[in-house]
Amino acid sequence: MALQSLDITRRSATTTPSPSQRKTQEVAKLIDISKCIGCKACQVACMEWNDTRDAVGSNHGVYDNPMDLTENSWTVMRYAEVELEQGKLEWLIRKDGCMHCTEPGCLKACPAPGAVVQYSNGIVDFHEENCIGCGYCITGCPFNIPRLSKKDSKVYKCTLCSDRVAVGQEPACAKTCPTGAIVFGIKEAMLHHAEGRVADLKNRGFAKAGIYDPQGVGGTHVIYVLPHADRPEIYCGLPRNPSIGPMVELWKGAAKPLASFGLAMVVAASFFHYVTKGPSEVSPEIEKEFEDEK
Amino acid sequence: MKNDPQKLIRYTPFERANHWLAAITFILLALSGLAFFHPAFYPLNQLFGGGVWTRILHPFVGVLMALSFGVMFSNYRKLNVMTPADKEWLSHVREMVDGDDRNMPEAGKFNGGQKLLFWLLVICMALLILSGIVIWRAYFAFLFPAAVIRLASVVHAVAATIMIALIIFHIYAGFWTKESIDGMLYGQVRRAWAKQHHPAWFRQMMGGDK
Repeated sequence: MALQSLDITRRSATTTPSPSQRKTQEVAKLIDISKCIGCKACQVACMEWNDTRDAVGSNHGVYDNPMDLTENSWTVMRYAEVELEQGKLEWLIRKDGCMHCTEPGCLKACPAPGAVVQYSNGIVDFHEENCIGCGYCITGCPFNIPRLSKKDSKVYKCTLCSDRVAVGQEPACAKTCPTGAIVFGIKEAMLHHAEGRVADLKNRGFAKAGIYDPQGVGGTHVIYVLPHADRPEIYCGLPRNPSIGPMVELWKGAAKPLASFGLAMVVAASFFHYVTKGPSEVSPEIEKEFEDEK
Repeated sequence: MKNDPQKLIRYTPFERANHWLAAITFILLALSGLAFFHPAFYPLNQLFGGGVWTRILHPFVGVLMALSFGVMFSNYRKLNVMTPADKEWLSHVREMVDGDDRNMPEAGKFNGGQKLLFWLLVICMALLILSGIVIWRAYFAFLFPAAVIRLASVVHAVAATIMIALIIFHIYAGFWTKESIDGMLYGQVRRAWAKQHHPAWFRQMMGGDK
């Protein structure tokens, strides 16, 4: 839900600049996967703060509950049992949710002015009052995050607790995390903190530990510390190199001005053809043959 | 209106009604579709009761147009088979555009240009129906993977743009060729008009040789 006390720098389906005189610092939520114990306190805190309640699901024999993001569950823990080396099982737990991309695919795809906004601090928010329910944001998202509600045909996703951040508080999930796996602050400070965590992990034998801040979407405002950063996909399908993608770029990029211009040209060509060549009429000779008709 | 025995019947009342049903639904679809295509066209959603209503209505109007177009397709498909004479007509199209039709090969009920337009519209319509189903978020989109939906979104936009351009051209051609709209409005055309623009059809209708 959009909160107007934060500066909006970008709105969906808007071709003119948003107010951009004031500068604020970029924020980020850092999720350190090596510290996560999968307790789901963040899921609970998210629902508590945002006043959403998911239906009671059923047991699928795994820890994942609910099994996927929904319009009520804006964050879910995803659990993977992975054997990277023979006989060495690892339990990889990733808190999934909106990554708050710098170049958001949802915002690019959205046809409704101001239904998706990006604040100057980097948070990407849905403004449901302007949402028309077309689902283009789902098509545009490289992380498969937005969920369309069956109840009201609006899309919902993590807001990074923009309402809390606006008044100087951290997101509910970060506040509640008992192990400090989720921390929140200025993005630069979070990257610095992450570097320290990566160095520590490398010392402990995770040679490929690293930060997940994918540059294909201009960096994100939710970043991960991954013990196996060389293989992000083992963390329940975290995309290796996410980007908006050529189809969405074409659809929401070049196609729009090209097609509009093309259609305008067809209209103009028709008009000027008429005023230069004149109408196509029955010739006087044929008219003469059928004089009786008139 | 009673048929004028001096005139030639070009379209039956059913053909006319169906053509105009397709025309009206197409205009509604173009206006509502453009609203989602470019922010400059977004205000068009006001014609349909706002953005949400436009999103709800567009695909249902699409179903109606698909049915109407389907009837036209089955009615006109045989009449639009390209013959060597039509290809010859198309090779002379520059003269036609220049306003000089004296050397044009004789056209039947439909000329080469109309036939080409027909088949291009059929292709666009088929692409629009297929891609439209894939991106109909309320009922079908969840059945398809994201990559297919992205491709369908592009196909829908491209086919729609081409179809709008073709229809603008179709409307203009009907306006440019004086009296041709009479056939679609009243069902009849003057014999002089038929001899001028569709001589082969004229002779066929007059009971002469083909």
